[in-house]
Parts: sequence; C-alpha cells; structure tokens
Amino acid sequence: MTGPADRPRAEWPLYEVFVRGKRGLNHVHVGSLHATDDEMALRHARDVYTRRNEGVSIWVVRSDAVAASSPDEKDPLFAPAGDKVYRHPTFYAVADDVPHM
Amino acid sequence: MTDHDTPTPGASTSASTSHDHDADHGSVFDGLLGGDDSQWAFGTDFEDPLAGVDTTIPDGVDAAALASYCLMLGDDALVASHRLSQWASNAPDLEDDIALANVALDLLGQARLLLTRAAAADARLVPRLPEGSPVPPEDALAFFRDESAFRNVRLVEAENGDFAETVARLLVFSTYRLALLQRLAGSRDGVLSAIAVKGVKEVTYHRDYAGRWFLTLARGTAESRRRLVAGLDRVWPLRAELFRTHAVERTVAEQGVGVDPADVADEVDVLLEQVLSVSGIDRPEVPPTGTVGGGAGRDGRHTEAMGRLLAEMQVVARAHPSGRW
Repeated sequence: MTGPADRPRAEWPLYEVFVRGKRGLNHVHVGSLHATDDEMALRHARDVYTRRNEGVSIWVVRSDAVAASSPDEKDPLFAPAGDKVYRHPTFYAVADDVPHM
Repeated sequence: MTDHDTPTPGASTSASTSHDHDADHGSVFDGLLGGDDSQWAFGTDFEDPLAGVDTTIPDGVDAAALASYCLMLGDDALVASHRLSQWASNAPDLEDDIALANVALDLLGQARLLLTRAAAADARLVPRLPEGSPVPPEDALAFFRDESAFRNVRLVEAENGDFAETVARLLVFSTYRLALLQRLAGSRDGVLSAIAVKGVKEVTYHRDYAGRWFLTLARGTAESRRRLVAGLDRVWPLRAELFRTHAVERTVAEQGVGVDPADVADEVDVLLEQVLSVSGIDRPEVPPTGTVGGGAGRDGRHTEAMGRLLAEMQVVARAHPSGRW
C-alpha cells in the first residue's frame, strides 16, 4: 500500500529560520524557506538570510514541528497580562553599561 | 563592476532627503541602519581583504608574468561568475537561485581583485580608452578586451546547460580552484596571498554546495541521475585543460608567486573520484577536448560560446566607453 508519505512531493518541506546576529544575542526568527532536509535547510538559510553579514549562527526547524497558539485563545492566554503593570520592572533604573535591554 | 548589492551606510541619507514629503515618517530602514550595533538586518563590519597588504611586487618576480597569471585566475572567476549569474531568476527554485547568485558574486569579487592586481603589475595589458574616461583598469580589462585576450580555461565559458550540468561543472571548477587557492595562500606576492586566503573560504563553500547537489541528483530520481550523467559527459572533456601548464604558470611557479596547475592534478582527481564513488557515478569515458594550434583558453583560444558570452557581458560598457557606473 502506498501512503501519502511515500509519494514524491510536489514541493519541498517548509522550514523556519532563526539567526543569531552576534555572540551574546539570542536567535531571532527571520523567515522561512523550502529544503529537502535539515542539512540543505541550513545551507539555504546561509544563502538566503546571512548573505549580508547578518549572522554567526543559524537554527532551522521544520515548520510542521512548531506548535503554535491559536488566535481563538488570544483572550484567555494574553488579555489577563494586560493590566498587571506591577509585573513590569519599570521601577528600576537600568545601568548605562547593560547592553541589549 | 560591483560585487555587492547591499545599501551602503551612507545611502540612507540620500534616500531620506529625496523623500522629503515623507519626512515625518522617515525611511522604513532608519531604525535598522541607526547607530545601534545590535541591529543585524543589513550586516556590519565589512572587511577590506587587502587592508594592510604590501602591494609592491616582490624581488625577482617577472611583473609581466605575474600580471598574465592574475589575468588567468581573474578571467576564470569573471567568466564563471557571468555564466552562474545567468541562472538568476532561472534556477529550479528560489533558494538555489540565490545560492548560485551568491557563488557568482563571490567569484566576481575575486575577479575584481585579480584584474586590479594584473593592471597594477603590468599597465600595458589594459585596453586604451578615450581620453578622460573614468572607467577603472579592472573594468577596462573586463569589458574592453577582445576574446583572444581572455586567459580563462574553456571549462568556465561553456553554456550552462541544465541545473545538473551546471552542478557538475561547478564541482569540477571549484575543486580545481580550491586546490589552487590553498597553495596560492603561500605566494610570495602579498596581494595574491591575501586574495587566495579570502577565496579559500568562499570556494570551500562552492565545492560543498556543488558536491551536495551532485550526490543529491545522483541518488535522487532516475531523471535527475540521467541529467547529471549527461551533464558530466559534457563537462568532463574540458577537465584535462585545467592541468596543462602554460609557460606563464611555469614561470610564476618557479618564482614562488604562482602555482603550477599540474601539481594539483592528482589531488583534484582523488577528490572528484570520492564524489563520483559515493554518488555511484562512473567516470565518463570521453576524450578530452583538443587544443587549437597547440593552444587553449590560457592562450586566448576559446570555444564558440565565448564570443556570445562576451557580446552579452560587454555590450553596455562598450557602448559607453566614457560612462560612469
């Protein structure tokens, strides 16, 4: 029996790309691309997203491996945080020599 | 000639003045190009590969031979770059379109440095342009030389064919060029050495890209394998020319500034054999392309494809010999 997974796909799987700009920063989602496998996705990400000297490290992950919240859950998930001003650390002065805050 | 398509940091100034009606909002790029170095969107820290390099010609080196040698390596890169850039908007998918354009731009950057070095070592090589023409020597060499003055191997001037043939050609060319550049890093000429050190990192990636696609196409579908085998058959006859030692190459090798290509033949052969072997592809049994009157690309004797390539590459520059680009 031939399942859907055995047939040649018309399109390569989609990957999400995360790039770290420099040491000490975190990886940031920059976009997505198509590739046949993880290795090719890394190389495509290098070619598409770091060609202007943007990065020192790349993560790629299959888009279908990302679990995402649903817009329907927006209110129960996020609305309760909207009025809790005391949770923001705005009552402290940030020292001048602390970067990336 | 330019090998970068990135907006220069100064470009944001002119962009914002030309859009005064939009001054309240400014350019959408303002935040990205600001002084905050944690922004990475357009990259930072571009390096000059020749910064601090001694550009004088070393003692005991024949300047004319050095210049001719730089033309050979520069023309290989320039012509290969032009062919690869023809894939822009034509590759099988967006990602490989950009990958091939990146490879082309890397090679164009190498060509610029090598042609500039050639002109500095022997100004007589540079075609004469009208009095007052602002065209720099590297551009004069690229766009105003006739076919017989180009010193590239014929491998790089051949028509692209399909993607599989391009992959096969890029594998052979990048394996050859990487072996040359690795040795050239030890050149007595500081400029050639610096160009080689920069090029090794670039061409290592080109070879990796081509090798991976070679394996993928060989082990992919029956159709991808058929196309790869057919493409390799067309590429293979021009391989032998890469390792013929030209008199100029012998001279610069003896003087410690260049590499005798015959010295890298075995290494290149072993590496190609490894790729063929893991891909399960037989070594093509096709005779090498012959020479013309005892000469080949390094002597300025090219194939029919070269004239059409140059016509396309040079037509705009030649129509405006005093143009500023």
